[in-house]
Amino acid sequence: MPVNAELAGRSYPAAAPYLVGREKVREFARAVLATSPLNFDPEAARAAGYADVVAPPTFAVVVQEHTLAQLLADPDAGIDFARVVHGDQRFRFTRPIVAGDELTGTLTVTSVKTLGGHSMVTAETSIVDAGGAHVVTAISSLVVRGDE
Amino acid sequence: MSVGGFDAEKLSVGDIVAEQSYHLTRDSLVRYAGASGDFNPIHYRDDAATSVGLAGVLAHGMLTMGFAVQPVIDWLGGDSGKVLDYQVRFTRPVFVDAEAGADVNVVAKVGVLDQAGARIDLTVTFRDETVLGKAQVRVALA
Repeated sequence: MPVNAELAGRSYPAAAPYLVGREKVREFARAVLATSPLNFDPEAARAAGYADVVAPPTFAVVVQEHTLAQLLADPDAGIDFARVVHGDQRFRFTRPIVAGDELTGTLTVTSVKTLGGHSMVTAETSIVDAGGAHVVTAISSLVVRGDE
Repeated sequence: MSVGGFDAEKLSVGDIVAEQSYHLTRDSLVRYAGASGDFNPIHYRDDAATSVGLAGVLAHGMLTMGFAVQPVIDWLGGDSGKVLDYQVRFTRPVFVDAEAGADVNVVAKVGVLDQAGARIDLTVTFRDETVLGKAQVRVALA
């Protein structure tokens, strides 16, 4: 089944709020080989002006993932997950994610392109905090391989 | 002005600001799978990787993106809040051998200096080939 060319411009409902836990931030920071005390030590983070431990930049993907799951599960999108390869990734920050944030992501498909037999779907997830203020936008391009 | 251990006013385009090698093992991949929630078995099972035509287990692209920015954050004095924008293109897989692991090298160089701060360009290599394209980190220097 090909990717739905009409997908561009489609937005999905906001995903369920994601509460950022301190231990999750530490676990993720260890996994990406981070060494900054701001990722691990609340006192160090507070001394630098943050409310709690600071998540590494790519932690935003954990929140984004819940919105990408909506896109991939949409039968009308026509995206066969087994054929998906992650092409590009980008994060644009207003501020870093910190433990205690309650974050909500809303995904919009910004473009669908066909390259040879493949499709490239670009999706932007805007992530806001509990007050509705922008934290980060996560942008993924997914390459969906065509039939061989 | 001084941020971390450097003097921003003495920076020039082309300066290497950080360089770091990372050794990945299968343990690193399992740890990242758990931390990120990405449990695609091509990142920890050889049979799953070879069944889809891969040469073997490969690192999550997002793991490589995740550690490749860490030398820049260390250079910024550990404050990832100074990262304004970070993008990469995934161009080649990093295969992680069950016994030997994989060694990935990161070189971070000043690409642009302007009012907003700097664009740091990352060269990320595995077996002498780049694995990320257009890997750019926009950072605030104030």
